[in-house]
Amino acid sequence: MPQSAEKVLDHAPLFREPEYRRMLAHKKLNFECPHPDQLVTDQREFTKSWEYRELNLAREALVVNPAKACQPLGAVFAAAGFERTMSFVHGSQGCVAYYRSHLSRHFKEPASAVSSSMTEDAAVFGGLKNMVDGLANTYQLYDPRMIAVSTTCMAEVIGDDLRSFIENARDENAVPRDFDVPFAHTPAFVGSHVDGYDGMVKGIVEHFWKDRQRSAAKGTINIIPGFDGFCVGNNRELKRLLDLMGVAYSFIQDASDQFDTPSDGEYRMYDGGTRIEDVKAALKAEATLSLQYYNTRKTLDYCQEVGQETAAFHYPLGVQATDEFLMKVSALCGKEIPEAIRLERGRLVDAMADSQSWLHGKKYAIYGDPDFVYAMARFVMETGGEPSHCLATNGSSAWQAELQELLDASPFGADAQVWAGKDLWALRSLLFTEPVDLLIGNSYGKYLERDTGTPLLRLMFPIFDRHHHHRFALMGYQGGLRVLTTILDKIFDKLDRDTGETGVTDYSYDLTR
Amino acid sequence: MSLQYDNDGALHAKLIEDVLERYPDKTAKRRKKHLGVARSGEAPGEDGAVVSECEVKSNIKSIPGVMTIRGCAYAGSKGVVWGPVKDMVHISHGPVGCGHYSWSQRRNYYVGTTGIDTFGTMQFTSDFQEKDIVFGGDKKLERIIDEIEGLFPLNNGMTVQSECPIGLIGDDTEAVSRKKAKEHDKTIVPVRCEGFRGVSQSLGHHIANDAIRDWVFDKKEIAFEAGAYDVNVIGDYNIGGDAWASRILLEEIGLRVVGNWSGDATLAEIERAPKARLNLIHCYRSMNYICRHMEEKYGIAWMEYNFFGPSQIEASLRKIARHFGPEIEARTEAVIARYRPLVDAVIAKYRPRLEGNTVMLYVGGLRPRHVVTAYEDLGMVIVGTGYEFAHNDDYQRTGHYVRNGTLIYDDVTGYELEKFIEGVRPNLVGSGIKEKYPVQKMGIPFRQMHSWDYSGPYHGYDGFAIFARDLDLAINNPVWDLFDAPWRERPRRRAIAAE
Repeated sequence: MPQSAEKVLDHAPLFREPEYRRMLAHKKLNFECPHPDQLVTDQREFTKSWEYRELNLAREALVVNPAKACQPLGAVFAAAGFERTMSFVHGSQGCVAYYRSHLSRHFKEPASAVSSSMTEDAAVFGGLKNMVDGLANTYQLYDPRMIAVSTTCMAEVIGDDLRSFIENARDENAVPRDFDVPFAHTPAFVGSHVDGYDGMVKGIVEHFWKDRQRSAAKGTINIIPGFDGFCVGNNRELKRLLDLMGVAYSFIQDASDQFDTPSDGEYRMYDGGTRIEDVKAALKAEATLSLQYYNTRKTLDYCQEVGQETAAFHYPLGVQATDEFLMKVSALCGKEIPEAIRLERGRLVDAMADSQSWLHGKKYAIYGDPDFVYAMARFVMETGGEPSHCLATNGSSAWQAELQELLDASPFGADAQVWAGKDLWALRSLLFTEPVDLLIGNSYGKYLERDTGTPLLRLMFPIFDRHHHHRFALMGYQGGLRVLTTILDKIFDKLDRDTGETGVTDYSYDLTR
Repeated sequence: MSLQYDNDGALHAKLIEDVLERYPDKTAKRRKKHLGVARSGEAPGEDGAVVSECEVKSNIKSIPGVMTIRGCAYAGSKGVVWGPVKDMVHISHGPVGCGHYSWSQRRNYYVGTTGIDTFGTMQFTSDFQEKDIVFGGDKKLERIIDEIEGLFPLNNGMTVQSECPIGLIGDDTEAVSRKKAKEHDKTIVPVRCEGFRGVSQSLGHHIANDAIRDWVFDKKEIAFEAGAYDVNVIGDYNIGGDAWASRILLEEIGLRVVGNWSGDATLAEIERAPKARLNLIHCYRSMNYICRHMEEKYGIAWMEYNFFGPSQIEASLRKIARHFGPEIEARTEAVIARYRPLVDAVIAKYRPRLEGNTVMLYVGGLRPRHVVTAYEDLGMVIVGTGYEFAHNDDYQRTGHYVRNGTLIYDDVTGYELEKFIEGVRPNLVGSGIKEKYPVQKMGIPFRQMHSWDYSGPYHGYDGFAIFARDLDLAINNPVWDLFDAPWRERPRRRAIAAE
């Protein structure tokens, strides 16, 4: 009997015990009707081949393990970055359960959102009644300052019109006439979560800025972070830098406190977020800066329409990307970059110099959202690494071209390949046929790590199977230091593992590296 | 070792009154029917006796805007019933999200070479684009099935799990499935589990069950002769290995588990099920439909059982054994006796650390009642429980488990659950990922009762030891005593160090 009260074995050790191994072998043999082992082995080997890769990359319809989610997730994340804002997703209710679970599993935090719970009758007659009743209930139960409405694909397919529905709801006194209910149509069959983010942020600023007079306040800027699983660390780090510079700035969308509430006995359904007054005032800013261009294209267009200058970055981390960001802020706001920040920069460069011998020539596969992949490729090249495969399932041809330009400009990008629209099953073939030293992505990459043996660095949303990484910044020089250390730890841990066998490989098991 | 206690029904009734006050009138009227306090039934006693009555309405549409915790039909079919069938490819047919959020999240353990002969922790999607909505996705689905055949030739079949748009745009997934099944000589099962169907996950279970009946049973000659002791385990999804910790017991008492539905299952196990002698059903809610069908059509009896906690395991093993006669009964007594020292040791170790702690539950399926006795075996007290997607028959069955005065909440809203927990201040809450962090912020220990909080198994004797350990580590962790900054400290209970 494997189990005992003294040493309780859970699933990981329990099923390795002989009783269970015997039982499972017996089950397979007698009841599962499995394929012969040889057939399985042959197919497994075949999937490692160039021939399989070609079949795999030639897929036209099937998508396997895509690294993207759908629009409303981005909208719910976006809404979480505003003061006392409740997300209201119009359509089927199961979707909302999924978004909330998904965000909670990454942040290890509460994630609130409500659904209009449309069912078959709403599919036939439209969801107006659900919207009216739903807004009234949400308003009364959850005491929001604002309700941000987005849509599931069900509501989009039947063509519910949010603008008129919300108007109707006001007419029926579901919410007070002057209560803020911005909205965004977020069809799941267009784009991905980054577009839903864009849509919702645009919906919110448009709600507050539309038809208002704008008198530009010189030297003030807005920052839109984009969909960022590391917002907790990143936003706080960026604020620190901007405060050091003495800049007048306002974050438009900031979920850093909402997804990092303290444990002190009180459950805060809402915490932090951009204040509504600040969103209104942000119209006056001289410029709006996006930290992730591909997350904010429509919002930036709108900012230009209202007369703001705009600038966009690709997830500024590492040396040059942070340089560019700070110099742009400095130019826009007329503030010097202080010496303290220059020293921070120097410390990151110092660390990179200390470790360069371990990084030079290392090959990477990087996947994730378009701006993140761009940023990582750039930083990897700054360390002397080679981003062999850069993949974004939600990357467009414009992204591909822009990233290619970056790669072409560096000798470290000479052998790099950019894969827009491909999924992680395609990446599996790429890793088998053109292997790399390290894989940068999120938790889903663990299956690639298992199959191909490529060590995985979890640096992007979602991270389910490691805790608290998102509480630390990746952006800025400090963030660069964290990314650098994460990469180095992985390299050294692997080297130690590979050289750790006593009397066989441990001559290389060096104390100092 | 049945625990005798009453709960504070008056407090619970007051809490219900209070939460209803917050709603708009129309909503309060509707919600009122779903909330209640269990009242004493007949005297508690023998196995199967009704100890209380839980009269709440259930299986009714959720109210918009209240933050229901429920999911959808797709979650019930792809997420629960079909997803665990490991040697089939399950296509999430429609936009990318549904498959993405449900990817690898149920912890249905299986053994196999993923991507080669098993496909459980993968996400196959048709990733619908606007043009698919406008022009329909049937052609794309055909192509997807062909591509799966090319890249994953060792799949033993496929299912097409319809997402919301499929039913709205009028695609004919049945025709595509029929055509392609013939072409590739494979089982291809279209499942009409669009998320807007029904009021919760529950209809998805039913639709998934019906799909087994209509698209799997009697489609092939099954060369299998059943022995006298052949059973199917139905409604065990092998979360964290639950079905394995159950199977080992059933084998020990002399039965042969010829099919496990659907944790760690292959299509062959589903196909052969009608040949078994008895269906043992654990999750009644999600799979009673197919058991009733097998009873009607193939004459297979079915029996509910409960493998949570030693009291229920013993009672269930004996009940199962009775069905098979003296030989199995004798072996069963030997198995119960063999495990008795483990049970005694687990209870001796953990009961003193858990005794008297109060628990609130809010889960789906069978757990809001099935786990009650497991807690009581450890001296804990269930003060409230509720289901996401139960029907009337579930609440009837709940009366066999919960005590007089227990707070009952059907399809609870975020607001109600928070207020109930605040008002009751239980020592532990068992619910899902969405509830975990709000509860923990209040300083109340929590265990996820869907995923076993990444632990498990919890079924069987081996699982009970893990269950007990997990409750101990949740309740007696020192972190709960650190919530108050010392400069504004209020006295709190003390943690007990792990042994």
